Amino acid sequence: MITLLWIIGGLLALLAISWVLRKLAQVVTGNKPRFRDMPLAVALGYVLGVVVLAFGVWLWFQPNAVFFRWFVQGLAISVVAAFIFRWLGRTVGTKTTKKAFRQMPLTASFGFLVILIYAICAIFAGVLAPYGQAEVFQNVNVLPGGNPATGGDPAHLLGTDQIGRDLLTRLIYGAQNTVGIAFATVCLAFLVGGSLGFLAAVFGGWLDNILSRIVDVLMAIPSLIFALLLMTIASAWAGSQQWLLTVYMVLIIALIDSTRVFRLARAVGQSIVVMDYVEAAKLRGEGLGYLIFREILPNATAPLLAELGLRFCFVFLTISALSFLGIGIQPPLADWGTMVRDLAQFINFAAFSPLAAALPLMAAGAIALLTVAVNFVVDWMLHKSSGLKE
Amino acid sequence: MGLLTLFVVSIIIFTAVNMLPGDFAQAILGQSATPEAVAAIRRDLGLDQPPITRYFTWLAGVLQGDLGTSFAQANFASFVGEDSGTRTTVADQIAPRIKNTLFLAGVTAVIAVPFAIGLGILAALYRNSAFDKVSNVFTLTSISSPEFFVAYILILFLAVLNPWLPSLSNIYDGMAFSDRLEKTMLPALALTLVVTAHMMRMTRAAIINLLASPYIEMARLKGMKPMRVIVHHALPNALAPIINVVALNLAYLVTGVVVVEVVFVYPGVGQLFVDSVKIRDIPVVQACCLIFAAVYILLNLLADILSILSNPRLRHPK
Repeated sequence: MITLLWIIGGLLALLAISWVLRKLAQVVTGNKPRFRDMPLAVALGYVLGVVVLAFGVWLWFQPNAVFFRWFVQGLAISVVAAFIFRWLGRTVGTKTTKKAFRQMPLTASFGFLVILIYAICAIFAGVLAPYGQAEVFQNVNVLPGGNPATGGDPAHLLGTDQIGRDLLTRLIYGAQNTVGIAFATVCLAFLVGGSLGFLAAVFGGWLDNILSRIVDVLMAIPSLIFALLLMTIASAWAGSQQWLLTVYMVLIIALIDSTRVFRLARAVGQSIVVMDYVEAAKLRGEGLGYLIFREILPNATAPLLAELGLRFCFVFLTISALSFLGIGIQPPLADWGTMVRDLAQFINFAAFSPLAAALPLMAAGAIALLTVAVNFVVDWMLHKSSGLKE
Repeated sequence: MGLLTLFVVSIIIFTAVNMLPGDFAQAILGQSATPEAVAAIRRDLGLDQPPITRYFTWLAGVLQGDLGTSFAQANFASFVGEDSGTRTTVADQIAPRIKNTLFLAGVTAVIAVPFAIGLGILAALYRNSAFDKVSNVFTLTSISSPEFFVAYILILFLAVLNPWLPSLSNIYDGMAFSDRLEKTMLPALALTLVVTAHMMRMTRAAIINLLASPYIEMARLKGMKPMRVIVHHALPNALAPIINVVALNLAYLVTGVVVVEVVFVYPGVGQLFVDSVKIRDIPVVQACCLIFAAVYILLNLLADILSILSNPRLRHPK
């Protein structure tokens, strides 16, 4: 309650300060239009920005604000990396890629960079990772940093977990397993949902009706809940074979997500089917395959590609959530969601050792970073393809 | 329409659960059970009837508020002798948890909805300014982070590094309201962060969509203040999509609640659901699933009704 009063009081004080400053600026500059017409809210915004900046600088020099310093450093590094990557893209490459990079905002180039790094990690995990993903070492609970004075070990740069598995290795293999499985799931969902959606759009009639009603009902159950329900059944079917459970998970999530893809593919397809050129192709006597692959698909690429990105994020988050709850990707495979669950208790030691708390956050951060990157890229693509500037 | 969907959904849930291989009775008693014991339990649970009869018995029970007996808690009449009347039904197990979950969702909604709409209006007002760009990046980030990441970050900063709020929400009956609120605060904040971003972006988009309309131009040319233009002229017309997205997000809360409840060990339906999934306690899974689906469908229905009510043209059809 008292904190709330402090916040309100502070805001009122800031409001007063900004009013005084605006008045002062008006007097000093001889009533320039910039200050004369400035609403109080804008002045408050400037003052608030200055206060936040000052607070950040103050926090930077506090000895125990380690996480804040890490955050700012990480932010600075990613901005610089994104900038360099964009500059590289602008100078190297073919004409089209150069043009794409010239129009790109910093967020999108950051997204591309992150996706590229993850893809490399996922494909070359076996080469990049220092150890095997299930290899167990003598040293348990080694802290990240590689400095023996702070509880690290040069042999394990990011430390080890409770039973002594190297975390750097598991993070890299996690890229292969988690991202790979999510990608396979999305592809399957698009194959099923996309082709059914296009078929429904082309044929219409009873096929469209039946498919749409089925999808309506399936979409009425919240996706995570439905996935959990089906996973219960799958775990009974899979029995003791853990890899089978992973296969079932891919199928289940692909089924649930293909309903969303179906909706979009059908809507996009329907708006294309009524076009004159499709009518012309039909009159020419072209077959169904030609209609779908040569007429509809090329014109539906942009929205479908954006949907692919968003869908990937959803699937990736769902799989991570399932793994986090202990019903997703199963133990011998390294996976980020499971890592977060296993390491979560370390967060309670943050006050004594920030490095310990970093353990679970690394895995969770790896998930967040990829989805943020994909979202940045999709956001830019949507903005570009819609041609909306305002 | 909503009821029909719910009916079909209940059929799906029931069939899905009945696709489980093997026999519950066998599973409970283990491999070495005598055939008589298995048969007794099957009779007890009504598993010897055909699926359609079982479905309608279950449905009739659900309609009367009887969700069946949890397998984990069942003490079977055939073993105990008389039904002692003390066995825990699923309804007993779920009822207090529903209250907790609704409390959590309610607190979240009270914080998130005004916050999101306010921020959305501000972002639309100062579009393309530094404020808009920063809030765009932040909302995109918080939309795309997994719930448990947001939750652990909050635990780290608000509970561990600065012990302001408790990180475990051990809520029990008969707690004072302020205590309860304090314990619920952290999960509610985590959910707020996840939900706010989407609502705010939609509010901003809905308002900006309208800004090119002639009547907005007119209001601006009259010399109205930008804030007044947005609140008095743009907002009422953008209300339908905003209400829709708010209701959708409240429905999303139902799903998001599962992970967040597990992180904070909050005694709600989501936690119960995950635990029952792990031990394959079928009646509880069935009941939780049905409840989540019902809330989801109801909120979607509410969204449709409210968006019709907010639009005078749809309210008074010609």
